[in-house]
Amino acid sequence: MANLRVQLPGLDMKNPVIPASGTFGFGYEFAKFYDINCLGSMMLKGTTLEPRYGNPLPRIAEGPSGMLNAIGLQNPGVDAVMSEELEKLRPLYTDKVIANIGGSAIDDYVETARRISAHDMVGALELNISCPNVHAGGIQFGTNPEMAGEVTRAVKAVSQKPVYVKLSPNVTDIVAMAKAVEEAGADGITMINTLIGMRFDIKTGKPIIANKTGGYSGPAIFPVALRMVYQVSQAVSIPVIGMGGIASGKDAIEMMIAGASAVAVGCQNLIDPYACPKIIEEMNEILDDMGINDIHEIIGLSHQW
Amino acid sequence: MKNYQGMMTIVSKRELVKDVFEMVLEGKAARFIQAPGQFINIKINDSLQPYLRRPMSICDYDDNHITMIFKVVGEGTKILSQKNIGDQLDCLTGLGNGFQDFQAKKAIVIGGGLGVPPMYKLAKTLKEQGVEVQAVLGFNSKDDVFYQEEFMDICPTFLATMDGSAGVQGTVLDAIQAHQLVFDKYYACGPEKMLDACVMAYPENGYLSFEARMGCGFGACMGCSCKVKTKPYKRICVEGPVLMSSEVIIGG
Repeated sequence: MANLRVQLPGLDMKNPVIPASGTFGFGYEFAKFYDINCLGSMMLKGTTLEPRYGNPLPRIAEGPSGMLNAIGLQNPGVDAVMSEELEKLRPLYTDKVIANIGGSAIDDYVETARRISAHDMVGALELNISCPNVHAGGIQFGTNPEMAGEVTRAVKAVSQKPVYVKLSPNVTDIVAMAKAVEEAGADGITMINTLIGMRFDIKTGKPIIANKTGGYSGPAIFPVALRMVYQVSQAVSIPVIGMGGIASGKDAIEMMIAGASAVAVGCQNLIDPYACPKIIEEMNEILDDMGINDIHEIIGLSHQW
Repeated sequence: MKNYQGMMTIVSKRELVKDVFEMVLEGKAARFIQAPGQFINIKINDSLQPYLRRPMSICDYDDNHITMIFKVVGEGTKILSQKNIGDQLDCLTGLGNGFQDFQAKKAIVIGGGLGVPPMYKLAKTLKEQGVEVQAVLGFNSKDDVFYQEEFMDICPTFLATMDGSAGVQGTVLDAIQAHQLVFDKYYACGPEKMLDACVMAYPENGYLSFEARMGCGFGACMGCSCKVKTKPYKRICVEGPVLMSSEVIIGG
């Protein structure tokens, strides 16, 4: 069996498979299905300073090999996440988790980061500057390199843990965004967030999602994610956690070949609650078949081409 | 550790009325169901299309069988209706809270359209618990009526149709008034407009089962959260689909 252990800033992971933020709640929902200690880490549901109900319903629509969502960062707020949600997770998961933080102003990000980065279960922060579903802030930080750098710098100044920045694919030049956050002190990059999309009711012309637009994810976006990870991982020297449409062990390996040092699995958790343990098992089988002893042998294997 | 997933085999399929199918599934995953009103979430195909599972109400169940009734309304239900006896489906079962309070002297179960099916097992359960049950079933017209006889085998059953072609003309609430039905608790499932009307007419002592577009069906995606009076929000798939009438916010 190949060595799957990977070490990234703030995270010593027994394997490189991480459920992505927003598809895994605060982790404990999945303990009904399997022992979640098999996971390398997990990215918690996006957390903001104040509680948020999120967007009106419907928040979900479907598309070819994917889904559109506009949840709108529903969460109970950072204090309740720390005192209630993480306490529910504590007896179920022993490794470090990644706290995903969102906001609509730099001060929100900073205060949320200051509080949650002090939590003993949190190994790293994921700065969500790319949520397409909140109207103020969020994606504006993720589409402008100067603003992305500014919020990264501000969060880095207060965070007790390494900071990963989650990039949006809804930009002309994702490499410029990656370089801006690296320059601002980011310890790593997670990518890609969802692609902005819409669906309509053909009888009325009304958007299916109440928020009108939503973020598209699932296997449909996998090639886009691979391309962006391939470009960014060669342009920066900080690690990249790759995500976007990973649905199998083969997909996870392909993402690491593109240049990702670890992978996050999103949508597939919703279709198949056992997706992550299945992917870990499949990765082991494929690496054995390939005669590979250590997962590091495949990271960035594509960069020679 | 609980397991909610299992492959289930289609053992019977029949079209009850136009585009409305009853399907019986057989498999061990049925035993994860603990209460009437819980639901199953079905992967329609092995392929990526359709991508999301389809949540379905449960009409009846035992330790090894689930009966569901669905209407063909789109791509997923169309494919499901074309499945054959012997085909297998990947199912997550026993999802949601279901109906858990059977403390009543005289209860009324109210089903509207495709909200009728979960009322069937509920009516049977209430009767087993010694509750005097009555059923009110609402449909658009007599051509849409299904399961009337099945309900009549359990309890007194009253019909309402919007066009008056069967039973009382109007809504389920019109039927309750026309027959002057008396009850100390009610249970309802149907279109949101019907549920809202029930809450307005009877704000107390009711349980209502809601429907929502879902991403996952087990609490991970927050796609189906609704505002309620008792908490900032409840997820229809975990803390629902059954809500108390006293906590429902109309349009929430």
